[in-house]
Amino acid sequence: MSFLMLLVLLLAPLLAGPAVAVTSPGDMLPDPVLEDRARNLGREIRCMVCQNQSIEDSEVGLARDLRLLVRERISAGDSDREVKSFLHARYGDFVLLRPPFAWNTLILWATPLVALLVGFGLILLARRGSASTPAPAPLNAEEQRRLAEIEAALRGPAMAGPLRPKKDGTKA
Amino acid sequence: MTPTSRRLLLSAPFAIAAVGGVGFYTALNRQRTGAYNPRGVPSALIGQAPPDFTLPALPESGVEPFGSADLRGIGRPVLVNFWASWCVPCIIEHPQLMRLSREGVPVFGIAYKDKAADSLQFIRRHGNPFNRLAQDIPGRVAIDWGVFGVPETYLLDAQGIIRWRYAGPITDEVLEQDLRILLRRYA
Amino acid sequence: MIAELGHFALALAMILALAQSILPLLGAEMRNGRMMATGAPLALGQCLAIATAFGCLMYSYAINDTTVVNVVQNSHSAKPMLYKITGTWGNHEGSLVLWIMILGICGAAVSAFGRELPTALRARVLGVLGLISLGFLAFTIKTSNPFERVWPPALDGQGLNPILQDIGLALHPPLLYLGYVGYAVTFAFAIAALIEGRVDAAWGRWVRPWSLAAWSFLTMGIALGSWWAYYELGWGGYWFWDPVENASLLPWLIGTALLHSAIVVEKREALKTWTILLAIIAFGMSLLGTFLVRSGVLNSVHSFANDPERGLFILGLLMFYLAGAFLLFAFRARAMIPTGVFAPVSREGAIVLNNLLICSITAVVFVGTLWPLFADALFGSKVSVGPPFFNAASFPLVVPLLLAMAAGPLMPWKRAQLVPVVMKLWWVAVIGFATFFVALLASGQQVLPAVGFAFAAWVVGAAFADIADRTALFRTSLGNAWSRAKGLPRAAWGAAIAHAGIGITAAGIAGMGLAQERLVSLAAGESTTLAGYEWRLDSVRDEVGPNWTARRAYITVLRDGRELRVMTPARRFFPVARMHTTEVAIHTNLMADLYAVIGEEEAATGRAVVRVHYNLLAPWIWIGAAIMALGAALSLADRRVRVSAPNRAAIRAAPTTRPA
Repeated sequence: MSFLMLLVLLLAPLLAGPAVAVTSPGDMLPDPVLEDRARNLGREIRCMVCQNQSIEDSEVGLARDLRLLVRERISAGDSDREVKSFLHARYGDFVLLRPPFAWNTLILWATPLVALLVGFGLILLARRGSASTPAPAPLNAEEQRRLAEIEAALRGPAMAGPLRPKKDGTKA
Repeated sequence: MTPTSRRLLLSAPFAIAAVGGVGFYTALNRQRTGAYNPRGVPSALIGQAPPDFTLPALPESGVEPFGSADLRGIGRPVLVNFWASWCVPCIIEHPQLMRLSREGVPVFGIAYKDKAADSLQFIRRHGNPFNRLAQDIPGRVAIDWGVFGVPETYLLDAQGIIRWRYAGPITDEVLEQDLRILLRRYA
Repeated sequence: MIAELGHFALALAMILALAQSILPLLGAEMRNGRMMATGAPLALGQCLAIATAFGCLMYSYAINDTTVVNVVQNSHSAKPMLYKITGTWGNHEGSLVLWIMILGICGAAVSAFGRELPTALRARVLGVLGLISLGFLAFTIKTSNPFERVWPPALDGQGLNPILQDIGLALHPPLLYLGYVGYAVTFAFAIAALIEGRVDAAWGRWVRPWSLAAWSFLTMGIALGSWWAYYELGWGGYWFWDPVENASLLPWLIGTALLHSAIVVEKREALKTWTILLAIIAFGMSLLGTFLVRSGVLNSVHSFANDPERGLFILGLLMFYLAGAFLLFAFRARAMIPTGVFAPVSREGAIVLNNLLICSITAVVFVGTLWPLFADALFGSKVSVGPPFFNAASFPLVVPLLLAMAAGPLMPWKRAQLVPVVMKLWWVAVIGFATFFVALLASGQQVLPAVGFAFAAWVVGAAFADIADRTALFRTSLGNAWSRAKGLPRAAWGAAIAHAGIGITAAGIAGMGLAQERLVSLAAGESTTLAGYEWRLDSVRDEVGPNWTARRAYITVLRDGRELRVMTPARRFFPVARMHTTEVAIHTNLMADLYAVIGEEEAATGRAVVRVHYNLLAPWIWIGAAIMALGAALSLADRRVRVSAPNRAAIRAAPTTRPA
């Protein structure tokens, strides 16, 4: 449930120009390869106003300005990294939708691996735990004698028939 | 697994929840006292000199324009205010700017993406608090400053270093509780 | 008068909830049958009282009672009746009452259908549900009373936000709440089990249907929200990793894990402690979402209430339920000894792997959503976490999950061999690889979408292989297979269908990776081409609605010179709200969406900006979700899930299945 438009509405008094800027075809780069690059890059730049949209997805005026800026810099021969650091210098970490590796983002990028390792460790622990729980105590002499008796009886003619394997019912 | 480590393991969810709870509580408290604003974005330019720029004057306003050179070494703190006539909160903050201006605080204005005639009408109607006034119709200088909406106000210290940025209208509260202290601090 | 009645009903419900949270719990502790028996009537009474309160609020909205603050703030006389009614829950206070009402209905359902449950277990479950209800009723009455009056009455309401007047958005919250509240019930079962210190297969049989139902509703709710974003926002996007979206995804993910581990409890009496923990976390995640959305602590669009006081109250509730449950867990979980032992390669093993991966994905979403908040609020460092992070971090976890979910259902319980599973799936793998190469060629070497298609084919194919295996489709005659198919338990069908739904959604997502769009400025009569279609702008006309004016474009779509359809996207202007909205035109043939948006017009030249999209397989995203929900519902209809007839079902089902 993305109330993005609602946000635009909430911030409208703060930002809305005389009219909402709509992307116009003239803004696009004539070279489709460069335009593609610009678009992919734009998806990694946060529209500062809309907070949870990239500049490629927003109708807000500033987003359009930034779209144009990205295209301008790309046409001028900037690399993707240069364009990003250009914007980063002006708007800070917050403008980058893909957090850079740094002390305050370490926990983010470590999460998948840490979660897997912790989970795996838990599974191992639980298996060891459950393997040790049912380990039966060794039989004492009296019990061993009784067991021998039972087994002897089993081998005898009194045996009614093969033990039927227990049916586990359904498989679902 | 020893019983102790088992107990520790089973207590881990509680510990995590407790830490999370304390974290959320702190966040809410800081939000209540204003130390944390979920929508606030810090400026990347704090502690730096403003970017290089020159901007044209607002025609017929009779106020001198300014560029980055004019912000260097004024010897006292300056406010740089990005505003527009179409921006409603700008009307809310205008009286505060007027007051500051009357008190002798230099306020430099940049009319952001605004038609010259509209800007002119705005300051004729509501008064002109700006010692210097320039216009940024394409909004490119604003991007260099890291502006993401109007009004936005920057405080530069006596050496011309950006010390504070406020996004949103300078209300009476912001003026009295924050800005005055900062103005004294950097005087 | 009606508002006062509603207020009174809320207070009455709170008193009943208080009694419901004390008497049955105490009775179960003291083994007092009469005290335990109060649970059911109290739950029923509470449900009726909240329903009355909700009805009163709805009535106030329907007649646009401008003496009620809540109505004044959120409604307007010019709204169509449908949106007046749905506006009841389109705001913080009303949605809270809806939430509690659904909880009340679930409590009533437990008391009505739970006659087969052990008396003490039922009493404890109802007691915990009463406790949850009590907390939220107290919250509503204390901080968010929807029946507050204003005098003199306002002339009319203020709430006429055009964006929110939409049927998809109106149905979205109730579905989500059905999901969230369903997890309240599994939570109550978990707490009751912890108090009793006993979890057995019967417990699993009760938790499973509730987690299935909750999951099914949550799936539909999330899909509806995503669909709304797709057709309303006009950018062709369907998932933004917005914190609020993530808040609904977290309980869904944990709920998916719970769904699977509850099966192991039911069938094999293993993973008991873990399942209890998941049941607690699933509800905890639902509460966390409520907290995040309503406390205003998040940097998200849609904070119902930007009120730290309310935030503190919900945080208190969250901590009371969650920390309390975890404390109980820490002390009591040891009492539950696992009995089922299984090999790593087995159905149980596959489900453990599923849980491991899903929980890791949950951790990624959880940390990605909350870390920016903590980093900002506690350490003052602004971190931005957006779609690129979530995509990159969850992708390596989703891949093994999709790989494993194909094999799991084909494995027998306890101990399995890999070779037979491989034998049953090799042709699916071949199809997967073939799909990859075909997609790679057809898409002009776009690797990621091709990988997506390959996995989609793999998952759907494996679901088919599962059913084929169970019905011995390729081993006996068709007739025999048909009779086996009819005899298959519905849970087996449900699982296969839900898994196939995942594959279909994956195909939709992969297809959207190949979506094309074109932005052009057209004069009337001019056309552009995209994806083999010719889009001709015929005209742009004025239109007047009840509370808006619009410019509507008429775009004829042609294929090979033949007229296919006229698409009519519009741009509406709402004078009262001074707002523009885009109205997307979508034409679907189920394989792709043609999607058109009209932008601004240049007054001087009469040209209009038109954006057209070709969204390959886009509808599959939501069709897949609907299939998932359907699979869960089918599973829910399995007679073995219903406690009343477990033995009969086992007898009926046994002859049609092969031994494990």
